[in-house]
Amino acid sequence: MTQLILYNVFNGLIIGAFYALMALGLSLILNLSGVINFAHGGFLAVGAYLAYTLMPYIGFWGALVVSPFLTALLGLAIERVLIRPLYGRDPLYSLLLTFGLAFMLEDGTRFIWGPATLPFAIPDWLAQPLSGQFFFLTGYRLFMVLLVTGTVAALFLILNHTRLGIRIRAGTLDLETVSVLGVNVRLLRSLNFGLGIFLAGLAGVLAAGMLGLQPTIGSDLIMPSFVAIIIGGLGSLPGTLLGGLLIGVASGLTTVFFPSASEAVIYVLMGLVLLVRPRGLLGEEGRF
Amino acid sequence: MERIGRRAADAIVWILLLTMPLWLNAVGGYTQLGTRVVILALAAMSLNFLLGYTGVLSFGHAAYFGLGVYGTGLTIKYLVASTLAGMLVGVLAAVAAAAVIGALIVRLRGIYFAMVTIAFGQVFYFIAYRWNTVTGGDDGLSGWRRLPIDLGVGTLDIVHDDKAFYYLVLACFALAVGIMAVLLRSPFGRTLLAIRENERRARFLGIPVDRHIWLSWVISCTFVSLAGTLYALLNNFADPHDLRWDQSGDFVIMAVLGGMRSFWGPLIGAAIFVVLQDYVSSQTQNWMSFIGLFFVLVVLFFPRGVLGMFRRRSAP
Repeated sequence: MTQLILYNVFNGLIIGAFYALMALGLSLILNLSGVINFAHGGFLAVGAYLAYTLMPYIGFWGALVVSPFLTALLGLAIERVLIRPLYGRDPLYSLLLTFGLAFMLEDGTRFIWGPATLPFAIPDWLAQPLSGQFFFLTGYRLFMVLLVTGTVAALFLILNHTRLGIRIRAGTLDLETVSVLGVNVRLLRSLNFGLGIFLAGLAGVLAAGMLGLQPTIGSDLIMPSFVAIIIGGLGSLPGTLLGGLLIGVASGLTTVFFPSASEAVIYVLMGLVLLVRPRGLLGEEGRF
Repeated sequence: MERIGRRAADAIVWILLLTMPLWLNAVGGYTQLGTRVVILALAAMSLNFLLGYTGVLSFGHAAYFGLGVYGTGLTIKYLVASTLAGMLVGVLAAVAAAAVIGALIVRLRGIYFAMVTIAFGQVFYFIAYRWNTVTGGDDGLSGWRRLPIDLGVGTLDIVHDDKAFYYLVLACFALAVGIMAVLLRSPFGRTLLAIRENERRARFLGIPVDRHIWLSWVISCTFVSLAGTLYALLNNFADPHDLRWDQSGDFVIMAVLGGMRSFWGPLIGAAIFVVLQDYVSSQTQNWMSFIGLFFVLVVLFFPRGVLGMFRRRSAP
């Protein structure tokens, strides 16, 4: 029993790390540009499939680095052509547009790579269990946790200590003032969007290694990411991270006791948070 | 002048709807398609009560539509073999859910509101999807069908007579749309418009904004669930997809495509959407891409909708 609970808590943490990685990208875009990027899951799938195609040529490690960059480039192109005209308009429109994009990206991956589940090979030494007693502790899972931790740390370093990051954070608070101070807001939004999509691409490669490749891989992960953002509090990146980990562990624990409710439980959690604290756990009062 | 124009538009819409079974086959349609248009138009118009007239963006209306669908199906299959009882249970279940969830989210605004409605919608999807033994899970709920309605003076055979069913749907549509039209013309409706135009000013005038938005939300969800019950009866089937977030998106695009700021806009949007979907999904397997592209094109080129293009000012 202890083993089972440990297994599911650890599993939940990993899933939660995923949600967090994806939700952080969503959150970045949402905070600065006010766009709910429904297509985030689509970008995640593109990242995963690109890695699959690149792997025979540059190996797992090459794909892990290159694929998120290519995904981000695609994101930048789409932002430039389709999303930029919608900034400052009713959020309804960007929501509908990214909603349509999500369909197109999912169907596009299905068209190019086929609807069947594809295997995604990870290096052999990562696939081994690390310990006989804790069978679930494979190298890959540990590696994922480390990578997500490293990425999140890097993200917060960028946001807190580089000029770009400081501008992004300032822009989330008051974009108009930032613009008046001479910052190129268009460029800032583009870079920020690219950064968010990069995180989605990275999450895609990692998800492919664990879950295998399916065209629906992105749309399955996007709803929990929304919940993570809401629980953590809109406008707060540490909140998003916390929310992701929290719902991961919650659904992991529910799997032990009541497996068929493992998806629904995160929404119950969201309801409770909204009831007690409508702005989310770490959200600021009055921002949204 | 404008009033006469609006009267004329109303009359044309009703004449077209009332005579639809007579001419639909001649233009290449079929009665079931017409029924689907009317049902989804009801859903889109109900959503628009909230979206276009109160200015609140809900992206989770499929949940209440789906509660209507499953409420009807489950009742007829397990509880009472009666069409009307099924519809009643479907609507009541949705109203109860909307009242509770509405109370939780009514203080949120803008994109935050939209996100929370999306996320809450998924709860019901997962319940329908995972509770195999009762709801049929991914396969949907089958093994039941709509039954003739006993009116006292005679039975309305909606089972074999497509046209009778169409007119039942149209009657429900007329009732719901009539109530919404009356509400929008009442002081309550005018207050909703005031909230849409300037919420802060409405609040300063002493209007209990949250309570109005909650009411508008519940009314909107009620009629969307009525559409859901009719949709279940049309298909004799409950599909978990009816509860999913993509269905919510379909409702929003219908409202936007037709014109959010006009009363009949969502009806036109629903007609275009349903006919297009019917055509595209019969022609290609990649219909998802086409629908997605359609969303993108509507946002880029028809943001004010078909009717919005004809009107320069956004009349209430």
